[in-house]
Amino acid sequence: MTGQQLTVDQLGRSADFGAFVRRQAAAGRLVVQPRMGFGDPGPMREGLIATKDADATTVGTLTLDSYTRVGELHAVEAALREGISLNGYPVVSHPQETTEAVLDGVSDARFPVQVRHGSATPIDIFWSLVRLRLNATEGGPVSYCLPYGRTPLADGVRNWQACCELYTRLRDVGVEPHLETFGGCMMGQLCPPSQLVAISFLEAMFFAQHGIRSISLSYAQQTDMGQDQEAVGALRRLCAELLPTENWHIVIYAYMGVYPETYRGAHRLLGRAAELAVRTGAHRLIVKTVAESRRIPTIAENVLALEYADRIARRTTELRPDTSQVLGDSPTYAEARTLVDAVLELDDDIGTALLAAFRRGYLDVPYCVHPDNAGRARSYIGPDGRLRWADIGRLPLRGVAEQRSTRRITSADLLKDLFHVRQQYDEEALRIGHDSDPELIRVTPARPA
Amino acid sequence: MSGDQSPASAGGAEADWSKGTVIVTSLASDSHTWNLVFLQLLIEECGYRVVNLGPCVPDDLLVAQCHALDPDMVVISSVNGHGYQDGMRVIHQLRALAPLAATPIVIGGKLGTDEDGARRVAELTAAGFDAVFEDAHDPVTAFRGFLSAMQPNERLLETADGVRR
Ligand code: B12
Repeated sequence: MTGQQLTVDQLGRSADFGAFVRRQAAAGRLVVQPRMGFGDPGPMREGLIATKDADATTVGTLTLDSYTRVGELHAVEAALREGISLNGYPVVSHPQETTEAVLDGVSDARFPVQVRHGSATPIDIFWSLVRLRLNATEGGPVSYCLPYGRTPLADGVRNWQACCELYTRLRDVGVEPHLETFGGCMMGQLCPPSQLVAISFLEAMFFAQHGIRSISLSYAQQTDMGQDQEAVGALRRLCAELLPTENWHIVIYAYMGVYPETYRGAHRLLGRAAELAVRTGAHRLIVKTVAESRRIPTIAENVLALEYADRIARRTTELRPDTSQVLGDSPTYAEARTLVDAVLELDDDIGTALLAAFRRGYLDVPYCVHPDNAGRARSYIGPDGRLRWADIGRLPLRGVAEQRSTRRITSADLLKDLFHVRQQYDEEALRIGHDSDPELIRVTPARPA
Repeated sequence: MSGDQSPASAGGAEADWSKGTVIVTSLASDSHTWNLVFLQLLIEECGYRVVNLGPCVPDDLLVAQCHALDPDMVVISSVNGHGYQDGMRVIHQLRALAPLAATPIVIGGKLGTDEDGARRVAELTAAGFDAVFEDAHDPVTAFRGFLSAMQPNERLLETADGVRR
């Protein structure tokens, strides 16, 4: 819609995403969400409807395709012309009416829809969102840049600043924009939780500095439940202490690294993520499906994952408010706080501070090959299952974090750590056998050939 | 990203790289990196020097690097589901380079979003790839087989009395 007047439909559609999630949380419900995106408008609409109708408290997702992420719109056109299937919904290329029709009557005040992409050059995407009054999306100057390709970090920061400012203009037409940090996921795996917390939090501060008032902060499940609980507690404490808005919530991502291949292993890992979310008082969970290790999931597999996560969430209770993890009183908080303080001291402008931090190695993502990442820090999975620093590089964590300096990491070590979670959950699944938990075999998808 | 940025410098540093140089690369739209790290380690352990171009490699950068390095093999990895489309586009550009006309060029990973792998393999092979390693068919074992069948390297034999490549 080009004019300033919103239709009734758009007004409903443009309810504040953050307020919606917080309202559900107040009613004791964990909001669950898929990572769903199809190139064709038909399946995309069907997927949204199925998400809305699932037996769970859900919000919808439009995940964009990889060509749109990197601005290769001619490749989108080639794919659409030749009937080659895309790995997500090309929101910039489909005509606005097409996307309006996908959302029509589906996205409303009861069912907000978020757009997820992964672009360090997202200005076209943001213009499309603004035109469509799609007021919830995800990203960040660091997290949508370093793990996503070759765009210089300085460009990522500049682009994301411009996009935040563009997005806030939705308020001119009475619509509150919402942004979620992706910083709690860097590279999907093997980044120690304290740094995930720090980057996720710093991205939230960046959003706030550029006018965004409705914010969510991500944290991706890692290798150890205790450490993950500490991390979410740390993130919450940082928000309570420093984030200049009340309208924030935490979103947990089910494991983002190499996923179990067995049906049961995949669901157990998802179940653990749901438990993590409820125990730590996070308000939203993004699920993974049984197809994760192989291919983009079907609509049915997504619904199954949403309903399974919801069931686990309903039988889980929040940790007692006086536990150290809830209070954020932990080694993970100490490390994260040290990183955050060191970065914030570098400059009043958070974008500038982030650039300086990566230049100096105050932030350094293990195994990230982006040229603006120092690439000195290394991590490993300890014998107790916690993610640890093998080498802190120039991170300002001397005396704060333990590091193992005795042995260098060999290729075999790295591969073992990459496949650690998959192996653990698949082995457990095979040990338990196949019919002891009837909940898991309600719908058995055919195994792909 | 500099051409020889090595994400896997964590391991295998003292390996024997006498068999030649291999370019490991992703394609323009694919940001996945761990697959590249994995392949670099695997190929280094088989005795090659690896130049890892990293994620999201635009066509012209890939072509320029292949031209500059004249590698003994090019290994393309894509897992985001766009490998078929990106691979079909890039192979003609690579084969058009004189030094690459007969160089082994292979592609592997999760190459499409649907399960029509057989058709993709046939089309990519017809378009000029020497081998296609789709995920469903134990690609790593097949690839090891391919690597060992490549030996002894004919181009190395030609220069056996001269400088090692
Ligand atoms: C980690 C991860 C990410 C990280 C990547 C971080 C980074 N910079 O590397 C993040 C979160 C950023 C990410 C983003 C996306 N991802 Co991703 N990701 C994964 C995940 C969970 C693990 C991949 C991994 O690290 N594997 C470890 C490495 C060592 O192995 P591998 O990559 O699986 O490769 C193996 C084989 O394929 C083979 N192989 C690969 N290449 C080659 C080449 C040759 C020659 C040979 C012989 C063998 C070979 O060898 C490897 C070892 O067995 C997978 C799912 C999974 N596997 O569990 C999805 C997955 C690959 N991602 C997927 C997608 C679609 C995306 C996105 C496009 C968005 C989305 N819908 O989630 C984005 C954007 C990426 C882009 N622009 O291209 C899909 C691809 C689906 C498809 N092909 O149809 C997967 C399968 C998830 C899914 N089921 O939907 N992802």
